[in-house]
Amino acid sequence: MSRIGWIRLAVLLALVALLEILVRIGSIPYKTMLPPSEMLTALVRLLAAGTATRDIVQTLTCVGAALVSSVVAGFGLGVAIHRFPRVRRALEPFFATYYAVPFFIFYPVLIAIFDLSLLPIILMGFAFAVIAMCIATINGLDRVPRVLGKVARMHRMREFETAVRMKLPAAAPHLFTGLKLCVAYSFIGVIASEFILAPSGLGHAIAYAYNDFDNRTMYALMLFVMIVVVTLNMLLHGWEQRLLKRWHGR
Amino acid sequence: MDAGASRNGGGRVAAGHHAELRGVTRVYPAVAGYRPVHALGPVDLDLRRGEFFSVVGPSGCGKSTLLKVLAGLQPPSAGKCSFEGKPVHGQVPEGVGVVFQEDASFPWLTVWDNAAFGLRRAGVDSAEIERRVGDALAFMGLKDFQRAYPAQLSGGMRQRVCIARTLVLQPRLILLDEPFGALDAQTRLLMGDEVLRLWRRTGATILLITHALDEAAMLSDRVGVMSARPGRFLDLVETKWPKERDSTIVSEAGFGEVTARLWHHLRGESMKALGQSGAAAAGGRAEA
Repeated sequence: MSRIGWIRLAVLLALVALLEILVRIGSIPYKTMLPPSEMLTALVRLLAAGTATRDIVQTLTCVGAALVSSVVAGFGLGVAIHRFPRVRRALEPFFATYYAVPFFIFYPVLIAIFDLSLLPIILMGFAFAVIAMCIATINGLDRVPRVLGKVARMHRMREFETAVRMKLPAAAPHLFTGLKLCVAYSFIGVIASEFILAPSGLGHAIAYAYNDFDNRTMYALMLFVMIVVVTLNMLLHGWEQRLLKRWHGR
Repeated sequence: MDAGASRNGGGRVAAGHHAELRGVTRVYPAVAGYRPVHALGPVDLDLRRGEFFSVVGPSGCGKSTLLKVLAGLQPPSAGKCSFEGKPVHGQVPEGVGVVFQEDASFPWLTVWDNAAFGLRRAGVDSAEIERRVGDALAFMGLKDFQRAYPAQLSGGMRQRVCIARTLVLQPRLILLDEPFGALDAQTRLLMGDEVLRLWRRTGATILLITHALDEAAMLSDRVGVMSARPGRFLDLVETKWPKERDSTIVSEAGFGEVTARLWHHLRGESMKALGQSGAAAAGGRAEA
């Protein structure tokens, strides 16, 4: 691990230790928050007992489905819009205001259409993430150096091959930004939807535990979500850094 | 020294032709609010097999357009263009390699993979790729950097990667579009030496587009001087340098004569290109 990585880890451990101490000495009431060590113990017990397995599998399945569909659709949409500048100009105001729309107001409508199935949850995650990927794709394609198009023609490459062997790798750093956002937005969309109205899933389990004053379960599940999201993002961040090091030599 | 130049109105020279332009004109169509731009021609040009030909001219005179037409990257608006007797249209002909001014290396590939790119696409067997790429990288002085990524190299080295990528395809006509434009003066001279070595070794015909008179005079067998837009050949200057030459030629007496001859034409054309305000500009400079 690099020196900065060690510093980062030290800061994180110090904050966790501080929280542990504050709860243990009563500065933060025990009823409000558990010490991190007890959250971890509760999570291990929960996972060992298997009582949350169904919710975890459901949530991760929904996030996976929302993530894959939003990345594929966002990328395809981005490529298509990039090809047609007039369509792009027409759509730009919608992109600019897209994230100003409170999506969750549509959740009841989706339930009315698709019932209390997984589909409305996946659609919420998808709707949250897809435009981020689309915008990242358009930005990435904008930044592909024009000279690469000439090089492709020198090599007598057809349009599809140019897209796959030139434009895609040249736009990769921007696509990576889109991918990272899609991961974050998919989690937010899915868990928040489960929180509001779903009959199962991690979001629902956390809300249920909260309403039931079951802090131990609530914090254990929150810790689980945090660990999964942070681990995924750290893996993507590490991958992105390796990519950028190649690109920019830093 | 007589540079062996022959004033030739249309810029047409006959000999064993490798590539030909006949009455080539290029007009860029009108775009939103702007009138069509007549960028080039009509020009006639015969490139002799194995010669080093440079094109100089004022900014915006259509030098790069000439190269793009010859490379098949842009169609001529009128006239004909051929390479090895076959018409060039809409596609870069097999046997033609182009090196661009911009950094065209692929940042996601190592130096080795950059150089091997075209051969892998063409399905050349791995032993042959190994041989040609190793050879090209050694020739371009990149052997020790074959596992490096372009971002880890200097601008001159990245341009050498692009040349190596073109070289491995063994082109018979190499088109260089101001490939050293972004490099410092010393590196340009050294890169010039490398291009001369490359030219001698491959026996390819080279067409170099440049705005640097000394570069054109040093490297070329012939230099075509273009007018301000729309670009036409005003003069073709034969340098008569020996084939075994390098950048030390700049210290020879004849070198000054060649560059003086090129500048003689270019001065007025460059002033025209600066907005037909040549007299005012010259006056200003004299006062300064």
